[in-house]
Amino acid sequence: MTIELERHIDPALIPILEEVHDPEIPVLSIMDMGVVRSARILENVVQVTITPTYSGCPAMDVLGEDIINAFAKENIEAKVSLVLSPAWTTDWITPRGRKALEKYGIAAPLDEEADKEALLGGKKIVKCPQCGSTNTKMISQFGSTACKALFQCNDCLEPFDYFKCLK
Amino acid sequence: MMKNENIIQYIYGIADNALILGQRLSELCGHGPILEVDIAMTNMALDLLGQTRSYYQYAAQLSGEEKTEDDVAFLRLEKQYRNVLLVEQPNKHFGYIITRQFFYDVFHLLLLEELQNSKDETLSAIAKKGIKEVSYHQRFSSDWIKRLGDGTAESHNKIQEAVDDLWQYTDELFHMTEDDAIALENGVGVDTATLKEKYNNRIKEVLEEASLVVPETKWFQKGGKQGIHSEHMGYLLADLQYMQRTYPNMKW
Repeated sequence: MTIELERHIDPALIPILEEVHDPEIPVLSIMDMGVVRSARILENVVQVTITPTYSGCPAMDVLGEDIINAFAKENIEAKVSLVLSPAWTTDWITPRGRKALEKYGIAAPLDEEADKEALLGGKKIVKCPQCGSTNTKMISQFGSTACKALFQCNDCLEPFDYFKCLK
Repeated sequence: MMKNENIIQYIYGIADNALILGQRLSELCGHGPILEVDIAMTNMALDLLGQTRSYYQYAAQLSGEEKTEDDVAFLRLEKQYRNVLLVEQPNKHFGYIITRQFFYDVFHLLLLEELQNSKDETLSAIAKKGIKEVSYHQRFSSDWIKRLGDGTAESHNKIQEAVDDLWQYTDELFHMTEDDAIALENGVGVDTATLKEKYNNRIKEVLEEASLVVPETKWFQKGGKQGIHSEHMGYLLADLQYMQRTYPNMKW
């Protein structure tokens, strides 16, 4: 999926796009988040399409403006449009993005199995970003933003956000 | 031949449910019984309002007039809203909120699973995106049905009361309007009538696990899809539309 994604992105535009970050998770660039679907120059205007993580993600409007501003700084005109299909999946978060999340204190998404096990109190798979223990539990299916659930570590007792798996 | 007006009405038939239920859930912001539930309710409201925006943007574009999603959401009259009566029912107590959610989530997921095969690419894309969100909602509301049904005698009685009161609004979900039929003929819409059996089975399965009883009602309410709403709708719209009506064309 990632390969297909990058095929539509003009490599010359990547450095500027990487400067734009998710307003709610500032350590994550939009490139690492995998929300940029295409970026190309058409008649001197950069055309960027992005896809929302969740339908109601309020960060999307801000992201659109941030992208336009990032290009404006380089005196480049940019237009941003939203595409819904194919729907975003957490698989599109890059390995670098996953590392950035962990370092920031958000557990990176695993797979649907991990989410289900946590919900049903089964196997403990989600790793605490503070102490690294997998002895964790889900406190709430919904978290501080649409894309996260709330967990707590049974060992170091720190609560933490887990980026919900979305496939 | 399907006219744009038919598609627009078909879209309202789906999207208005998401808007009105989203509004009802938004009312709970800061009022949830516990913090986690409060966050969950508002998260679900956000998903529903996000889906509503996608549908309304598309409907506004199809109208060919210079309309925006805000015109569609805020400037129609009560009779022009196509939502079912179920979603406009008030937040009487937590049992009602969860039951209303559960009754709608089960339908919503079945609907989107079919709508993703629509010939209309935009509707198919919105549905595919929505499925991921709504399956999460259904999991949440089903879990709470079981927790309350299987909880204390008081929680059991209260949730059964809500089930008994709200069940009469479920049959309307499967009624096909003229626009629904036209959309179906053209490969755009879903045959909701065929979802009823699956729906009833799924509801029965969860309610039985929660030691609750499916009411044996013969009489079902209807009218929302034709724009004939319950008394609650007027109050809801007064709240929803206040800002746009008071300050026309205002923007955030």
